[in-house]
Amino acid sequence: MHELTISEALLDQLATLTGQHGWQQLSRVWVRVGLLSGVVPEALIFAFEALAPGTPAEGAELVIETESGRFSCAKCGEFDLERLTFVCPQCDGQLKLLQASRELSLGGVEVITPDSTTPS
Amino acid sequence: MCDDCGCGNNEGFHVHPGPGKDHPHKDTQSHHEHHSHSHGHQHSHDTDGSWHSHTAADGTVSWHRHGGHGAQPILDANQREAERNRGFFRARGILALNLVSSPGAGKTTLLRATLEKIHPDIGCAVIVGDLETQADADALRPIGAPVVQVTTGTVCHLDARMVSAAVDSLPNNNVRILFIENVGNLVCPASFDLGEAHRIVLLAATEGENKPLKYPPIFHGARAVVVSKTDLSEPAGFDIAKARQAIAQVDPGAEIIELSARTGEGMDAWFGLLDRLLAQDAPRT
Repeated sequence: MHELTISEALLDQLATLTGQHGWQQLSRVWVRVGLLSGVVPEALIFAFEALAPGTPAEGAELVIETESGRFSCAKCGEFDLERLTFVCPQCDGQLKLLQASRELSLGGVEVITPDSTTPS
Repeated sequence: MCDDCGCGNNEGFHVHPGPGKDHPHKDTQSHHEHHSHSHGHQHSHDTDGSWHSHTAADGTVSWHRHGGHGAQPILDANQREAERNRGFFRARGILALNLVSSPGAGKTTLLRATLEKIHPDIGCAVIVGDLETQADADALRPIGAPVVQVTTGTVCHLDARMVSAAVDSLPNNNVRILFIENVGNLVCPASFDLGEAHRIVLLAATEGENKPLKYPPIFHGARAVVVSKTDLSEPAGFDIAKARQAIAQVDPGAEIIELSARTGEGMDAWFGLLDRLLAQDAPRT
């Protein structure tokens, strides 16, 4: 939905963090997305890659981790799924959406360091 | 989609408090508060939610945070403002309801019938959001309840900051229920908490039964789904049983109310819901 705006906010946030921690360049960025966040992962990756050049995230891989939701099927019981659907993947029956999150957050980054001797 | 719908670009929304009031035309400054509350730790205190690093054998350093407040929200400015609004409404004993639907589902007609019946016995106020025009506010003002029109320009939803700006121009005395009529749109308003006590979704009988399955984020978590325009169910070939089924799939906890604001059919159930919500969420002694 708002993938361009979200990417802008994300890149801003990454630039701020990079400045705060004295990082140089990022190689990977993890974003956590809930099923009801309204975010389409492909569109987010597309926007991120389009906007990243010139920022510390240039060339970084955006990894989207989807938080699963809780569903229930009258026949097959309750289970978690990582996509929004109302058809049971096992029996084709109707699914109920019990719980899903609207989360949209930065989970972590991988940093390229010139001297890779930082203690853990 | 919708040219990124102008989200995050809120310059140019206007608050119209109505005739006789001053007309602030609040062009709100885009206050980009980058408050980054993270301080790097070089070891893992995994429960305090701060940034910390791990170095892999090949020298790759990865930073992340977890536990505590979880990861860092990407669009958290709206959420902070929404919580501020919620606290304000709670302190004042105001029941704030966020009314959402696709365009033309009957939000304004329902509001008009509601205000005519309960205002001023139960003091009401309304914030209406549209891209342009004051038509909805003009339709509601004659009843006497204060109405603030927010014209959003190109933005396809209300956000928490627009609501707080609109609330500033409302008289707060004797307001028991604040109806926030969102911009007609089933997509974007789902992502913007306004600080309301409850979201209420309207589904017009003329829209078909499958809307809840097509737009789950807006329906899931709604306190109630109002099936409106039931006087048109028959000519529209609307199958209420199917619609109820779809709503139950997306939002199992939602109360479903069928009504026609035009004929008055079913309105008692709506007023009953408002009474219960007032007692539960905005009690006054």
